[in-house]
Formats: sequence, structure tokens, C-alpha cells
Amino acid sequence: MERILFYIFAVLIVIFAVASVSSRKILRAVIYLLIVLTAVSGLYFLIDYNFLAAIQLTVYGGGVIVLIIFSVLLVHHVELELEITPLKTKIIAAALVVAGLSITLWAILTYPFNTANNYKSIEVDVIGEKLLSYGEGGFILPFEVISVLLFAIMVGAIVIAKGKKLGIKTGEKLE
Amino acid sequence: MIEGISIYEILTLTSILFFIGVYGFFTRENLITILMSIELILNAAAVNFVIINTYLFPDFLQGAIFSIFIIALAAAETALAIAIIINLYKLVTSVEVRDTETMKH
Repeated sequence: MERILFYIFAVLIVIFAVASVSSRKILRAVIYLLIVLTAVSGLYFLIDYNFLAAIQLTVYGGGVIVLIIFSVLLVHHVELELEITPLKTKIIAAALVVAGLSITLWAILTYPFNTANNYKSIEVDVIGEKLLSYGEGGFILPFEVISVLLFAIMVGAIVIAKGKKLGIKTGEKLE
Repeated sequence: MIEGISIYEILTLTSILFFIGVYGFFTRENLITILMSIELILNAAAVNFVIINTYLFPDFLQGAIFSIFIIALAAAETALAIAIIINLYKLVTSVEVRDTETMKH
């Protein structure tokens, strides 16, 4: 059962990722990206990491996709079709990607991984305790760094999207 | 760990997803679609963190926790990039890559 589900998610991810990077209608490409992100959260559910699956659905499916759709609607006409990429660029990019993919797959498939057998699912309370513990193996420092980063991003996004030079008394706007 | 699925199959899937994102990054000429390709790449990396954690080192939680940080970083990066794109659209009324050269002068 889980095997079948995994292959369904894998096929969904690959097909809609290709559609998302090759579709010429930009709004459709965003919706294909949403399907890919949802299928990835399905993968997290299969691994029994429910917390990250919920985070993926809320942050990506709820936040990032809405942001991208808003920016598409603000910047583009809805029916606008993207320019066709030159065939030469496509061929060169595809050749590079296939070469990189084959090297990576060769490296992965020839490496003998020692799979552990004592599997346990990842619970939310363990994650929470680890994130806030400052003892051995705790993650309080990256947690704090991320919080400072989110604050800086918030201020930066507001200042940049406002589009006005701050700190200049004359109040002149950028042309 | 997924019942009946080895680590090789999942790593193959995430490599394919990563390189599809790289292909989009190479061929797209619009800033928003390039941003979407970066989302694909980051997602493949986050899945790899979780997979290697649960398959190889189930006693530790480093990969599981850093995937949360990757998602937080990706969301922050998207918000900032979209602020920049919308500001750029006010300046040059275009979001094509070849038109965005206002910082070069």
C-alpha cells in the first residue's frame, strides 16, 4: 500500500515539476508548482514526519504559493504567455542537466548505504524540546538566528516594497 | 522509513526533482518563474535532509530539524524576492531577466 502511494506521489512530482518549468502560461505553472509541493508533503506523511508535512502544507501551499500568485497577478496580464526560450538554450540546458543527473545518480546508486533498522517516527514534542534546548545537541542557536533573520526579512521586505528612499528629509521619490 | 521503499528510490526521486529545478533555472527568462525553480531545488534538498536522517541515523534529529530551517529560509527568501520584483516592476515595468539592469549603472 505504502509502496503504491509512494509511486503515485513520485509520478505526480516528476510530471508536474516538468510541467511547472515548461508551461508557457505563468498562472498554470504556479498551480503545477502547488501540486508538486502538496505531493512532497505527502512524502513527508509517508515517512511519518507529520509535523513537517503540516509545515509544508501551511508555509508552501498556504504562504509561498499565495505570494507568488499575488505577484503574478500584480505584474502580468493573466492571459500573457511567456516568451519561447530559444531551442539552443533548451538543448544546452537539457544536456547539462542530464549530465549532472547521471553523475549524481551514479554516485548515489553505487554507494553502499548502511540503512539503520531501529526506526521510530519523529514526534512533535521531541522536535520542540530539541529546538529550545541549550544543552548537548540542542538547537537554540539556529532557532534564534532564524528568528532574527525573519525579523530582518520582514523589515527589509516592507522597506523595499515601499519603494521610497527612507531617511531622506526632502521626501523625494525614486523615479 | 517507508515500508518497502529503499533509500535509493527516494534519493533518485529527489535528484530528479532537483535537476528539473536546475533546468527551469537555466531556461526561464522571467524572474517569478526563476523563483519557482528555486523553490523546487530547495524542496528537493529538504526532502533529502529528512530521508537521510530517518534512513541512516534515526537516533539523531539534525536532518529533521534543519529541514524546518530550510523551509523557514525558503519562505523568507520568497517574501523578500517578491518585494524586490514588485519594486523593480515599478522602476522598469518588466520582470524579464534581460531588462533588469538598473543596478549596473
